Amino acid sequence: MDLDFSTVELAFRDEVRQFLAAELPADIRDRIVRGDHSHVREDTIRWQKILHAKGWGAPAWPVEFGGTGWSKTQQYIFETECALADAPAQLAFGIKMVAPVLMRYGSTEQQNRFLPRIRAADDWWCQGYSEPGSGSDLASLKMKAERDGDEYVLNGQKAWNTLGHFADWIFCLVRTDSSAKPQKGISFLLIDMKTSGITVRPTKLLDGSFEVNEIWFDNVRVPVTNRVGDENEGWTYAKFLLGHERTNIAGIGWSKRELRRLKSDSAKVSKDGRSLLEDPVFGGRIAQVEIELTALEITNMRVIFDEAAKKAPGPEASMLKIRGTEIMQRISELQMELLGASALAYAHDSDDSRATASYLNLRKLTIFGGSNEIQRNIIAHMILKL
Amino acid sequence: MDFSFNDEQQMLLDSTRRFIAERYDFEHRNHVRATADGWSRDVWKQFGELGLLAINIPEADGGIGAGSVGTMLVSNAMGEGLLLEPFLSSAVLATHAIVQLGSAQQRGDWLPALATGESIAVLAHDEASTRFDVMHIETQAVRSGDGWRITGRKSLVYHAPAANLLLVSARVDKEIGLFAVPTDAAGVTLLPRTTVDEQRAADIVLDNVAAAASARLGEDVREALQVVLDQGLAALCAEAFGAMDRILAATIEYSRSRVQFGVPIGSFQALQHRMAEMLMHLEQARSMSYLATLRCTDTDPVARRTALSAAKVLMGQAARYIGQQAVQLHGGMGMTDELEVSHYFKRLLAFELRCGTTDEHLAVYHQQIR
Repeated sequence: MDLDFSTVELAFRDEVRQFLAAELPADIRDRIVRGDHSHVREDTIRWQKILHAKGWGAPAWPVEFGGTGWSKTQQYIFETECALADAPAQLAFGIKMVAPVLMRYGSTEQQNRFLPRIRAADDWWCQGYSEPGSGSDLASLKMKAERDGDEYVLNGQKAWNTLGHFADWIFCLVRTDSSAKPQKGISFLLIDMKTSGITVRPTKLLDGSFEVNEIWFDNVRVPVTNRVGDENEGWTYAKFLLGHERTNIAGIGWSKRELRRLKSDSAKVSKDGRSLLEDPVFGGRIAQVEIELTALEITNMRVIFDEAAKKAPGPEASMLKIRGTEIMQRISELQMELLGASALAYAHDSDDSRATASYLNLRKLTIFGGSNEIQRNIIAHMILKL
Repeated sequence: MDFSFNDEQQMLLDSTRRFIAERYDFEHRNHVRATADGWSRDVWKQFGELGLLAINIPEADGGIGAGSVGTMLVSNAMGEGLLLEPFLSSAVLATHAIVQLGSAQQRGDWLPALATGESIAVLAHDEASTRFDVMHIETQAVRSGDGWRITGRKSLVYHAPAANLLLVSARVDKEIGLFAVPTDAAGVTLLPRTTVDEQRAADIVLDNVAAAASARLGEDVREALQVVLDQGLAALCAEAFGAMDRILAATIEYSRSRVQFGVPIGSFQALQHRMAEMLMHLEQARSMSYLATLRCTDTDPVARRTALSAAKVLMGQAARYIGQQAVQLHGGMGMTDELEVSHYFKRLLAFELRCGTTDEHLAVYHQQIR
């Protein structure tokens, strides 16, 4: 048993740190620090191109597709260090979501066409899964795709689409057979966002931000060659996607960074002759969340270690998702509470409102990606066998 | 980063578990707890034969030297089986104290008999005054001729009634000394107590007890004693993890077999989510038990203490949640003495209160936060 990284892993961590110190543009880093989302599109693309030039554009991909061939531990170290250095997150929809599906189930032509452009940030991908009537019960989705010669004709609506207003492409789950069991009649399509008949309507969120959209499809024609795998087998691919790439699901790097910020900010606020960090009540709350984060970090390492040893990957990710998001939300609560009543004055884009905006926005964490209640169902069924 | 156990460690765990499964089932435990001693000398001798009492004795001293990971695994099994024997008290705490503080002569005198189980030693340190400062003791040792005279009162020393040797901490001027005192020495009075988790303990009154110069272990043991206590705390955490693991397994099993409204109660989502929550507490607790085990020998005292306090906080909270919910999910049956669940529940309650409560350790952790 050993809780510490090996010397080889530590050397890798140092290499990542040196790269981040040298290559992460100061203006991008500054916007992340201030919680300024005004340049999300430009910053995400610029940073992805820098990573791509280094050969690190696709940390989790196998070498034959232009990936790094890194171990799970290396991927974890990379993502954690990027977060700690205030680098932007890589756009998951392409690199972590559609790409693994293409590698496993896509045609060679699809792989050659899309994968290099994902890695190089030439295409921005988004996801079309949820619908107004299909959230947790995703398999009930209704958006219709009817075959007409070499094309599908799509009609329906997707909801909770993240950052689709920047997207070049969307991967969608659509219903190609309404007579079968819900899981049986779904297909997985790749759709060019410039196709006529697609309308993107922003959904204003409680924090004032516009990061999600409704997308309407009105007789949108998609070539059959843009279907991944077999018709009506899309649910299999969707499940594969959901079970894939979860090394960062606990958000350890983000939480460590924000906890560091919370500690340094609370050390600057004084009350009764000492800082709030030293205050037994407020500081005690920080201590509590730091302890929980320490435990989760070890739990995350255990899951990575077991995966590498090919022992039962899968449902443990639900645990990481639940505890990870709870801790992120707790840290954002404390960042806001630290400000007291001055957290009230609110303008969505103002630096002064960062903590409040983050608190409001991060309520999403326990809802998206399979709500924490759905994750508990998964634990009960898959691990506890209830 | 490596979360696997080597072959020796795995064998140690397997053989301890096998022994407990074969010789120490819940029925046998009921028999043992009803005896006058409240623990089994017969089982203890067999532990000696299996080598379990020598795992914290270095090979150079004739022991097995299984390290903190070996101790963790054996302690896991002890907690799983709710054992009542003085493994933690004698084979971990007292043994570590002698190994780390004893002279060659003292180690040679005491360790072989501890390893076979012929002798049982306990560390008599805690007092009413140690609650908020583990090194604040009032028992005093004063010089008397070549030796010492010791006077004071120790609180709730687990397994003291089973011991023939007490390792008594006492103030020597501004230092803390550790003295080996036979339990039957003149001036030693044991006031027996049974703890809430049905282990045997005693308050110990020391009234001008004579100790020879050769009975003192080490010099000022303040720092070394903290190391010993930390190793004991790591083992206690491992024991608690074993109990948590089993009480959750028992609860899941019960929810599958208990039928109400025509279906097993485990099919109700409200209860499924509760058990999912218990599992998350359990897995976080396992991670912290590993942390306690791997950091309890850290030579940096701040890193060591911080890790152990973090572990005790999180595991204390896990013990409370898992224990309370296990009783709740067993319904009325959880309230009975008849089922295992209430006994695991009380063992976990004792864990919460022993070696510093959750809040006390949270305060220790908070003091070092930067």
